[in-house]
Amino acid sequence: MKEAKSVQHIDNNAVIKVSHLRKSFGDKLILKNINLTLKRGENIVVMGKSGEGKSITIQCIVGMQEPDSGSVNVLGKEVPELNDEELKELRKHIGFLFQGAALYDSMSVRDNLAFPLKKVLKIKDQKEIDQRIDEVLESVGLSDAIDKMPADLSGGMLKRVGLARTLIVKPEIILYDEPTTGLDPITGREISNLIVEVQKKYKASSIIITHDLECARITSNRIVIMSEGEYIAEGTYDELHSSDNQLVKSFFS
Amino acid sequence: METNKLAIRSWLESVGDSWIFFYKLLRNTFSFEFEWSEFVRQCYEIGYKSFMLVGVTSFIMGTVLILQLRPTLVDFGAESMLPRTLAVAIFREIGPVITGLICAGKIASGIGAELGSMKVTEQIDSMEVSGANPMQYLVVTRVIACCLMLPLLTILGDMLSLLGGYLAMNFTDKVSFFLYFNKCFGSLTFTDYLPAMIKTLFFGFAIGFVGCYKGYNANRGTASVGIAANSAVVTASLWIFFIDVIVVLITNFLI
Repeated sequence: MKEAKSVQHIDNNAVIKVSHLRKSFGDKLILKNINLTLKRGENIVVMGKSGEGKSITIQCIVGMQEPDSGSVNVLGKEVPELNDEELKELRKHIGFLFQGAALYDSMSVRDNLAFPLKKVLKIKDQKEIDQRIDEVLESVGLSDAIDKMPADLSGGMLKRVGLARTLIVKPEIILYDEPTTGLDPITGREISNLIVEVQKKYKASSIIITHDLECARITSNRIVIMSEGEYIAEGTYDELHSSDNQLVKSFFS
Repeated sequence: METNKLAIRSWLESVGDSWIFFYKLLRNTFSFEFEWSEFVRQCYEIGYKSFMLVGVTSFIMGTVLILQLRPTLVDFGAESMLPRTLAVAIFREIGPVITGLICAGKIASGIGAELGSMKVTEQIDSMEVSGANPMQYLVVTRVIACCLMLPLLTILGDMLSLLGGYLAMNFTDKVSFFLYFNKCFGSLTFTDYLPAMIKTLFFGFAIGFVGCYKGYNANRGTASVGIAANSAVVTASLWIFFIDVIVVLITNFLI
């Protein structure tokens, strides 16, 4: 199977700028000092040990968690300062693929995909809805699954439909939370290639949280390594693979 | 001592959380973006699918009450008062409370489990992050559907209880259908059924609110779904009794 290569044409405009982000839960300090810039058209992979707070970073970006301090600037807007309506408006430009895909299990694939079109974008034209559903399912290779229920789908299919539901609103930014976790290596590679295809076709900028090296290698323009609430290393896959830093080496060995 | 302090603090936090949830519910209820199709679907799920359980239970309740009351009233020579006694008891108190408790068990646990599992599998977070309004779509529709369906289910249950009572009366004596129902409805006044219907509105609100609150705030893990469902039933059932006592006190004072 031909492997996709992540896009190298990156605009220098930052779509996300996180500065000195700090977040704790009770007495436990999870994020100490996170600094991250995502440029337009770029894929950044964030790697780190489990429980380090990788997912908390993207949850702060999308406004699911409120940081203790620091700046989270997304598409020119300071996320912690937005009210509910402003945050709702900003979220229309951000796609979030949850670890388990989080499909609405009482709805079919068709209804899952129609949901954001009807409820978020307020599209009433059924023809347009059907057309967008068909297009996006074709781009993830699941046109046959349109009338299936989430319970009837395999792990890989769930991720694809979850990705389709994220893409259907044509977001500028996509956040992936462990997109290949729980999948076999072949399906994981398929999902990783799909992420790169999405980058090319939709010109989206993405942050991918993963500890899957193969996924990081295929999808990343840049990788950041997280440890103890901070980013300790940054570079391309090849640069980090040949790093002398012991912690970075332990990820790539 | 430390455990007691933590328990009190935890209880106060949950009271605060439930008031915040109530405020969000009110804010989203009076909104132009009401989810009509989801509301109608919930009316079907809550009302139509509870019809059989409420109907059968109420029918049996009417039958049993007549069988239990009859010997006592016969001793006082007041057998002719059976239909009236049954009607007043059913319409004023037993019908609403029994329907409320059955619905607390069926509907509150169902809503708690459904929203709890949606919470655990991040479906609610997904809805929120996509820019949709989960409070509007999931909570408001269910609470209002419960407020609408409980009075209707209670009316249905009351009618079936009277029917059950009619059949029970005919085990021992022959009573005509028209005479029986004339005696039942002839004895009922405005003060018998209006306060009861108002009660059922509040019962419906309690069932919907508690089920949604427990499910929406379930913790991570599959065990939390069971805890949410169980807790929803217990809390909703207790609230039914609290509301019952408060409404009875108020109506006795006013009427």
